[in-house]
Amino acid sequence: MSITVYVPCDSSAISLGAGRVAKAIGQEAAKRGIEINLVRNGSRGMYWLEPLVEVATAKGRVAYGPVQPGDVSGLFDAGFTDGGAHALGLGLTEEIDYFKKQQRLTFARIGKTDPASLTDYIENDGYSGLKNALAMSQEQIVQAVTDSGLRGRGGAAFPTGIKWKTVLNTASLQKYIICNADEGDSGTFSDRMVMEGDPFVLIEGMTIAGLAVDATQGYIYLRVEYPHALEVLNAAIASAYKEGYLGDNIQGSGLTFNLEVRLGAGAYVCGEETSLMESLEGKRGLVRFKPPLPAISGLFGQPTVVNNVISLASVPVILDKGGDYYRDFGMGRSRGTLPVQLAGNIKRPGLVELGFGLTLRELLYDFGGGSASGRPIKAVQVGGPLGAYLPESQFDTPLDYEAFAANWTVLGHGGIVVFDDTVNMAKMARYSMEFCKIESCGKCTPCRIGSTRGVEVMDDIINGRNLDKNIPLLRDLCDTLLNGSLCALGGMTPYPVLSALNHFPEDFGVNA
Amino acid sequence: MTESGSTQTTVQEIIAALKDKPGALLPILHGVQDALGYIPEGSVPDIATALSLSRAEVHGVISFYHYFRDTPPGKQTIHLCRAESCQAMGGRQLEEHVKAKLGIDFHETTADGKFSLEPVYCLGNCACSPAMQIGKEIYGRVTADSFDATIANTEASA
Repeated sequence: MSITVYVPCDSSAISLGAGRVAKAIGQEAAKRGIEINLVRNGSRGMYWLEPLVEVATAKGRVAYGPVQPGDVSGLFDAGFTDGGAHALGLGLTEEIDYFKKQQRLTFARIGKTDPASLTDYIENDGYSGLKNALAMSQEQIVQAVTDSGLRGRGGAAFPTGIKWKTVLNTASLQKYIICNADEGDSGTFSDRMVMEGDPFVLIEGMTIAGLAVDATQGYIYLRVEYPHALEVLNAAIASAYKEGYLGDNIQGSGLTFNLEVRLGAGAYVCGEETSLMESLEGKRGLVRFKPPLPAISGLFGQPTVVNNVISLASVPVILDKGGDYYRDFGMGRSRGTLPVQLAGNIKRPGLVELGFGLTLRELLYDFGGGSASGRPIKAVQVGGPLGAYLPESQFDTPLDYEAFAANWTVLGHGGIVVFDDTVNMAKMARYSMEFCKIESCGKCTPCRIGSTRGVEVMDDIINGRNLDKNIPLLRDLCDTLLNGSLCALGGMTPYPVLSALNHFPEDFGVNA
Repeated sequence: MTESGSTQTTVQEIIAALKDKPGALLPILHGVQDALGYIPEGSVPDIATALSLSRAEVHGVISFYHYFRDTPPGKQTIHLCRAESCQAMGGRQLEEHVKAKLGIDFHETTADGKFSLEPVYCLGNCACSPAMQIGKEIYGRVTADSFDATIANTEASA
């Protein structure tokens, strides 16, 4: 039996040396005359163990990690190609607690398969959703997505099925599907993992969306900061065209769906859907007024579905196993699973996909193992740079859109950034204003001017100047941003700022 | 051919290949920056003419996006992440070290032309913070020492 060894090609794994490890394994195998099949898989999402090397054995895949090039010769000495014992040995990959406790639907294949291989994709349930969709009416596809309870995973949590239905019911000669892959939130990387680790699932999801609403052209708007994802997506799109999964006659159905990746250029605001469409049209990424909704008048004035990577990548499993299957995960009105990303100062950072409902505390301690520094966790920011900071007293909040909203916090795209007790929350509040200032598109005054004034006020507060006047001024400014901004950039910058002030007033020089 | 002549030819080829795409401006600007490292001011009129835009509109787009630059970069561009996750793992201290080591601030290029330093707001490597990118290579759990070693390696292989 040939030996198959897996070394991730995920860019975070590469950032820790996976590329060098793969090379060292290839060289060592050649030197020893051992024939191996080296597969570059996606990451399992257990980043404290990366580079994570796996070997296929009769009992299942066995993991070793974190492996550095210097460990490779020792691994061969220990007979790792047969799953031999070694100090870096972790046992069966799928028995590792962190992985075993997850409910992987959207991420079912990631880390298991070769992302470059369409054959591997199809052999692991890939394109089963499309096959079903091709036998359904457009209304039935939209109904399945509606029944699943899927809500926009980009952060806004708008019901995906309703968006699709609006586009389906808006007559037009040309409609578009846009995948928002401008994953700019700090602490998030699930979109990147999908695009690098299972690109076909995104292509399949977009194809199904296209069939469902009569859109023949799709664009993936990808951030320029993801060069590895660009390569993987372009290669996968080329394979899909070659095998008749994209193009003018999808699997002999006579139906058309074309797909192209377009690159952003480092503007955070282009993650906002109307700004994204301006950018795709070749303009400055200025936010548009709504209405009209993109579903009625979007890209080039045509009806357009704009969905996040995770939303679209969740569609194939819904069409494969049914809306009910997906809906049975989760709690309340938050149905299905959420791929949570644990980041920042955390001992076991990574990707945890689970049905909604787990508490933040369970994620931070049971999965994450507490802070990386070993110091107490002081605050966590959930939902990216526009998400609120949560103090320890809110760690029992369950992961559920409504439970977070009730706390004046944001679940967003599921990114959790952990800070230990060395953080100064006034400085983080200043950073939030600074970030808004740098990234503001400039169209509306509250965001453009308010963020600049916000940095100035925060500088005064940090320097202890006129706190009696400046704290109310900061609150007043946040009120203007919150209620007067055109989009979420200005409208939500007050979340991190005010949550920092309200929960950690001592860092602002104010007595609690 | 003169240098500016060959630059213009490159730009013309890129325009010809991409101008018929819907929303062609960003693809063209990416093409030019990929080929030349920046978008020369002299290319703006050609791009504007090809797309029936005003020069002001093209300039407006170039200056709106942080990634596009209108001056030549150093041999290597270092993108250092400033976002929250990296800050939670000592990113601010790393930022000070990097600036001191290179002797430049963000948006500047070292006097010897070897390195440009740009801030970036998230590389999606938040599970391995702090992070940076040099060219297309991404680095995780960067420390002051590992930064120095990476720079030395990059210089040696340049």
